[in-house]
Amino acid sequence: MIKKNSINNEKIVDLISIVKSFDHVKAVNNVSLGINEGEFFSLLGPSGCGKTTLLRVIAGFEKPENGNVFINGTNVNSVAPNNRPTNMVFQNYAIFPHLNVSENVGYGLRNTNLSKDQILKKIDGALKLVGLKGYNKRASSALSGGQRQRVALARALILKPRVLLLDEPLSALDKNLREQMQFELRQLQKSVGITFILVTHDQTEALTMSDRVGVMFNGKVDQVATPEQIYNKPETKMVAAFIGSMNFFETKCLEKSSKTVTVFHKDLGNVKLLKNNIFGVESTKLTIGIRPENLKIISDNLKIQSKSFTAKIVEKSFMGDTMLYSIKLNQSENNNTYNISISDIKNSPNPNIGDKISVTFEEADVVAYYEE
Amino acid sequence: MYLSEQNRKGWRLLGVPFLFAIFLLAVPIVTMTALSFWTQDYLTLIKTITFENYKQAWFQPVFQTLFARSLIISLTVTFFTILFAFPIAYYISFYGGKRKALWLFLITIPFWTSYLLRMFLWKVILGYNGVLNSFFDWLGVITEPLTFLLYNTNAVILALVHGWAPFAILPIFVSLEKIDRSLLEASNDLGDNSFNQFFRIILPLSMPGVIGAVLIIFIPCIGDYITPKLVGGPEGLMIANMIQVQFSKANNAPLAAALSVTSLLIVGIIAMAFVFFNRKYLRNY
Repeated sequence: MIKKNSINNEKIVDLISIVKSFDHVKAVNNVSLGINEGEFFSLLGPSGCGKTTLLRVIAGFEKPENGNVFINGTNVNSVAPNNRPTNMVFQNYAIFPHLNVSENVGYGLRNTNLSKDQILKKIDGALKLVGLKGYNKRASSALSGGQRQRVALARALILKPRVLLLDEPLSALDKNLREQMQFELRQLQKSVGITFILVTHDQTEALTMSDRVGVMFNGKVDQVATPEQIYNKPETKMVAAFIGSMNFFETKCLEKSSKTVTVFHKDLGNVKLLKNNIFGVESTKLTIGIRPENLKIISDNLKIQSKSFTAKIVEKSFMGDTMLYSIKLNQSENNNTYNISISDIKNSPNPNIGDKISVTFEEADVVAYYEE
Repeated sequence: MYLSEQNRKGWRLLGVPFLFAIFLLAVPIVTMTALSFWTQDYLTLIKTITFENYKQAWFQPVFQTLFARSLIISLTVTFFTILFAFPIAYYISFYGGKRKALWLFLITIPFWTSYLLRMFLWKVILGYNGVLNSFFDWLGVITEPLTFLLYNTNAVILALVHGWAPFAILPIFVSLEKIDRSLLEASNDLGDNSFNQFFRIILPLSMPGVIGAVLIIFIPCIGDYITPKLVGGPEGLMIANMIQVQFSKANNAPLAAALSVTSLLIVGIIAMAFVFFNRKYLRNY
């Protein structure tokens, strides 16, 4: 296997203005995206956002009606899947039912001109890599879900593709196995050094495994960034709402300076926003977003350090490691509820449903989006 | 004997099919087998056990010829039917799109007329003054009608292949439908071109349908009576025609029974051997 641990900035996959529609609905709408050699890249989005279609365009199963696909610097628009340097792990694993584990794993090698001995050796190596040593003669029908996934991985990796495509490979596994496989996949990717492109609708999966994440909605890529950037500075409202949870407040723009914008909200008062945290096309209306963990409940005796507002608790739920409060604002007429999540339960005040509380937040943690 | 309600219910459910199997399958076969060991003197049956009928059935050249011919015709028909049916089933399954049901419907249309009529139709097509000969005459490629079209083995094979095609198309279609299309993408992804993919994935996975079709066609074909009678001529006669002659004109029911049992054995042994050698394809996935 190729040993390469550092990520260099060569683009192994380069998608340029890809358009693909099904029955006049644009599943992928003018997407341009570059994926670096050796990175673990995730395409994240809700179902129907076009992420799987995009993956299938890279694999060659879907022909885009517009745009170009470059793999390793070569335009592969007219190259069939069997001649692309990509291999895929299918969502249902697509294990050949009439072949045993060895025959499945060695399937692709039969299309090369390796000798039988070399093929057998490689099969053993690949099975060892995915932790299925000695399973050679096992019937594919006798495999568990996790084992099927490992066979699918070995079958794809044995061909040493430049890019490994994974279509929601973990969605069929139970929670514990899924978490274990997330870790193993990550380890595997680092050890073989092959570029992985993973499609998933599970944000935790994307955030924990990937070097970079592309978040897709309605056939478009909204943001491509590292997991930290995606979480802390989501560039569109949809990304902000999809990744983790976010409290949104509608505000009006009061004043703009070179580095900050001050907005007004009935309850929150004046909030000074950093321009770096504001996204979208400039206008006078802004929606600001604060993560539940960035809101803190102030105990009565504590002095207010920064921005604060008052609210009433309407719901309270204990989640084990965190306490989740649902609050209603005092001034706003609408019935919206907002969330506060407290992870340091022991050292925080413990108000009850119906209690009035004061809530504080840091202005630097606030992100904002211009509204049309 | 005490039977629980559940037990009685079970026996009631089993009863009807059991009686059906006994009286319509077991009794006739046992009767026929018994008959084959007896002899007939004009209209009276002599019920002393003898192997004379089997001796005749197995060793007389005329019967050997007829058995061999029936077997060859049946195997040829099976082969060509599958050969023609597979691409049709393949097309419907993979390229039928939204019209799959329509295609299947069209395939069953010939069944709206009786088998006899369809066989007569071949006489019209292949006959001395038939459609083909008239057409060739009109084209001017022949000076006198072709006579090798009808009343021979080839005519029997042609008519049978046509008659049995749907019985092959449908089971093959069903097994092709059952193939998970992502397996085809996977094989493609792993470097297979369409040719490799067909022989490594599609054909092995559609084998249950092919095996079913082979049995459905081969077993009844060997005993076919009406087709050789109508289009076979003297040269295309098969074992069933001889059995009929022995039963009626020759007044030798025991010999006819021995011939029947023999052809039953031949079909049974070949069919079982065929299934045995292909058993790996019949696993349940």
